[in-house]
Amino acid sequence: MIVAERKPIEEILPWLEGARSVLVLGCNECVTVCEAGGKKEVGMLASALRLLFAKEGREVNVGERTLERQCDPEYLDELRDTIDAYDAVVSLACGVGIQFTAERYPSKPVYPGVNTCFMGAALERGVWAERCQGCGQCLLALTGAVCPVARCAKRLLNGPCGGSSAGKCELGPEVDCAWQLIIDRLKALGRMEDYERLIPVKDWSKDRAGGPRKVVREDVRS
Amino acid sequence: MNAKTPSRLEKILRAGHLAVTSECGPPRGSAIGHLVEKAETIRHHVDAINITDNQTSVCRLCSLAACIRLKLLGLEPVLQMVVRDRNRIALQSDILGAASFDIHNILCLSGDHQRFGDHAQGQNVFDLDSMQLLQTVRRMRDEGKFLGGDPIDRPPAMFVGAAENPFADPFEIRVPRLAKKIAAGAEFIQTQCIYNVERFERWMQGVRDRGLHEQAFILAGVTPLKSAGMARYMKNKVPGMDVPDEVVKRMASVPKDRQAEEGIRLCVETIQRLKEVPGIAGFHIMAIEWEERVPEIVERAGLAPRPALC
Repeated sequence: MIVAERKPIEEILPWLEGARSVLVLGCNECVTVCEAGGKKEVGMLASALRLLFAKEGREVNVGERTLERQCDPEYLDELRDTIDAYDAVVSLACGVGIQFTAERYPSKPVYPGVNTCFMGAALERGVWAERCQGCGQCLLALTGAVCPVARCAKRLLNGPCGGSSAGKCELGPEVDCAWQLIIDRLKALGRMEDYERLIPVKDWSKDRAGGPRKVVREDVRS
Repeated sequence: MNAKTPSRLEKILRAGHLAVTSECGPPRGSAIGHLVEKAETIRHHVDAINITDNQTSVCRLCSLAACIRLKLLGLEPVLQMVVRDRNRIALQSDILGAASFDIHNILCLSGDHQRFGDHAQGQNVFDLDSMQLLQTVRRMRDEGKFLGGDPIDRPPAMFVGAAENPFADPFEIRVPRLAKKIAAGAEFIQTQCIYNVERFERWMQGVRDRGLHEQAFILAGVTPLKSAGMARYMKNKVPGMDVPDEVVKRMASVPKDRQAEEGIRLCVETIQRLKEVPGIAGFHIMAIEWEERVPEIVERAGLAPRPALC
């Protein structure tokens, strides 16, 4: 899933200066699972905003809504009849949802209520970790299904570097050395000879480096 | 083996001499006089001088400019290049820049993560890794081609080196990792500073078992300790460094004003002991901001005078 983190309300507040009606807009997908922008967080942010507006003596109508998905025009259309009642939208979706909402309603200011962090998964309740950077050319077959692009701080394709210590990255004990994990995996799979295969220079044009990316599937295109 | 490049370091190694290299860090500004002084101090006691490339991710005068200075003074620089800060275009471009001044040695490195430096908020590049940089330099030199495939007019004639840390984890892949670097094109290796000689000897045994010492020249890295405090710092704070307790104890067992001498003595003893290890082709003496003691270390370790080649 896409993992996001709630922005501090102090960062959001100045954007809403002068607004008399604000919609806090959640998303029922990834940000709900990572507890940053689902219905619950929409309610929490809306209540906090109401309190702060009241403290400032401002009369602001704060609406709450959570769509099935903000990255899908079909669900965004559900706002068609109500969005005009608001001066601004604070979207708690990931960066994709925030932009899709703004694209769908070009004259409406849409502000981010979260910082979108990475593609990852929950290690335990309240702890999410990165696993993929969407480099566009998956290497996992070569590395025992542990990604050096997402998980090595230097994204070394032929690691580990000289800073790997007791299974941990040179960044510190809170970060696993991706190459230690790769080696452990290769060992478990009985494929240690793979370690000595040089992974060639990567084609980063499939990555962010190649510019904004698109996937076009002619076979499913309508 | 015939030399493949005009590198003085390569000639000395191929002639079978124990080589001696050292290194100097560029200044944090554009006043390069001190670096030149440091290099001049060791001119007659080493075969080549590495110039570090923004080591520990602290921004400094660039390795390339400093190497050019040394070259123009008739010294033999080793251009250190990390892949942290430059993509494949910039790396190859700088290699050509160095080649245009006939800089004949390069050391290909990953580079410390920028979190440790003075620009912790910076982006890192890592377009290539250190092994892929080795491959790139070899391709430029041996095939006369850029990574992109186009021909190079007057390819770089560089003796290509890599670093290896026998003390990093996991230990079991430290020999395979060296093999991989050699397969990628490394012709000489400079190791991390050696304080744990037993562990280094175990690694060298593995290196010899695979005949890797015959495929690349292995220069054993040493760093003289200035004080017990430095020993403790290296032990606890520097990633991938192995400083045994007895080394710290030995440094701490002498009064503060004599610890520097003890550090030099320990360094000389380490070199003498490593000279007995089969497969060692030379020494890389990293005297951090202590270059003035390098001549003495070289002499006391029986590595002087340096061969008068070319």
